[in-house]
Amino acid sequence: MSEVQQLQAAPRTAWHVAEVTETRRETPTAARISLDVVGWPGNLAGQHLDVRLTAPDGYTATRSYSIASSGDGERVVLAVDRLPDGEVSPFLVDELRAGDRLEVHGPLGAFFVWRPPASGAVGRPVQLIAGGSGVVPLVAIARAHADAGDATPFRLLYSVRTPDDVFFAAELEAARRGPAPLEVEFVYTRSAPDGSGGPVGRITRERLAAAVIGADAAPIVYVCGSTGFVERVAAWLIELGHDQAAIRTERYGGT
Amino acid sequence: MSFITRGFTGRSRERDDRLPPGQTLVHDFPVLSAGPTPEVDTADWEFTIRTEHGGRRWSWDEFMQLEIEDVTTDIHCVTHWSKLGTNWRGVSLDTLFAEVETEYDYVMAHSYGGYTTNVPLEELLGGRAWVAFEFDGEPLDPEHGGPARLLVPHLYFWKSAKWVRGLELMPTDDPGFWEQNGYHLHGDPWKEERYW
Repeated sequence: MSEVQQLQAAPRTAWHVAEVTETRRETPTAARISLDVVGWPGNLAGQHLDVRLTAPDGYTATRSYSIASSGDGERVVLAVDRLPDGEVSPFLVDELRAGDRLEVHGPLGAFFVWRPPASGAVGRPVQLIAGGSGVVPLVAIARAHADAGDATPFRLLYSVRTPDDVFFAAELEAARRGPAPLEVEFVYTRSAPDGSGGPVGRITRERLAAAVIGADAAPIVYVCGSTGFVERVAAWLIELGHDQAAIRTERYGGT
Repeated sequence: MSFITRGFTGRSRERDDRLPPGQTLVHDFPVLSAGPTPEVDTADWEFTIRTEHGGRRWSWDEFMQLEIEDVTTDIHCVTHWSKLGTNWRGVSLDTLFAEVETEYDYVMAHSYGGYTTNVPLEELLGGRAWVAFEFDGEPLDPEHGGPARLLVPHLYFWKSAKWVRGLELMPTDDPGFWEQNGYHLHGDPWKEERYW
């Protein structure tokens, strides 16, 4: 993990040219976009970047996206959900293809991140709570934990419309089966997998209380989703006795 | 030194001179905060300015007796959205600092919930900063910083600390919360001072 610690000491952000190496459908409304970013210094799990697109007349549009990958190297993976009224996300999801170039600035953010504890150490347990495409930075964190073979207990609670809308389903399953302890629980808001018979509907305080690591275990909690989701969940966590200072939130905006 | 991304035309050409570079106009009011929204009752709320000589403290009722100003201003978030012509009510920091003596040049704003942000004192004076408690004619919503937030609209909006509870004068420009976590020490949107 010495590379990651180096990053910590000298986080250098800059604009980089990124070439799309692959895009593929992630869900019915989202795409997974793999980028080759020349000069990318690597990034911590949970960081984000800015994407800048330039039109032929010089018009530019810039948006922030969470990064689904982490670690060294110049390969960066994004997963972008198409916002119905968006200007940039429909282009990224529907138009972008391998070989296209765009600009990225980053890595950005040093708070909503997770670093593996020093070798052999077990850190405070980690509870990840995702609403919809807010899972992207949490996938990066869960995979960094899995890749490090880290012994810290992890749980992910993932609220999602239907099984088809799950981002990185195979990667999450692989991380769950790996040696690093990770439990994954889904809350389906529209429809559950066939035959599962599980409850369907928005997350409730009771469901949250039953699913997350208890406050007595003093977990660090990362919550990412829409503003409404994050506000509800964070308020319930405090009611359930979690330390406000141990709750880190990130929201996706309206652009 | 941008280059064209194949196939991208963009949608909006309503460039407005009031939009700083890299910003997009929004009509909703996105929320950004690093942690949960603290609940602060105005009965318990107080606002302090701490200096090398001591300082000054106001309760909510005392604060409401100060001269209140209506402010219409544009706001710019580092995450690339701007809102134009937003309407606020609050107390100018000129009013607050009229009662305070200090030799120090820098300020750390402190919030309920632990958030901090640093601003040079001169950027808080001269009719450029307020402690705001109304937005669009309504009490400020907790998720937007209510009961009261700092309003420093000429800097990126993370400098407009939500749930503000006081200002601490400092001899040096020490970094606050986001400034330690990747954001620029100063934060002028017209110079795109977004990140380190």
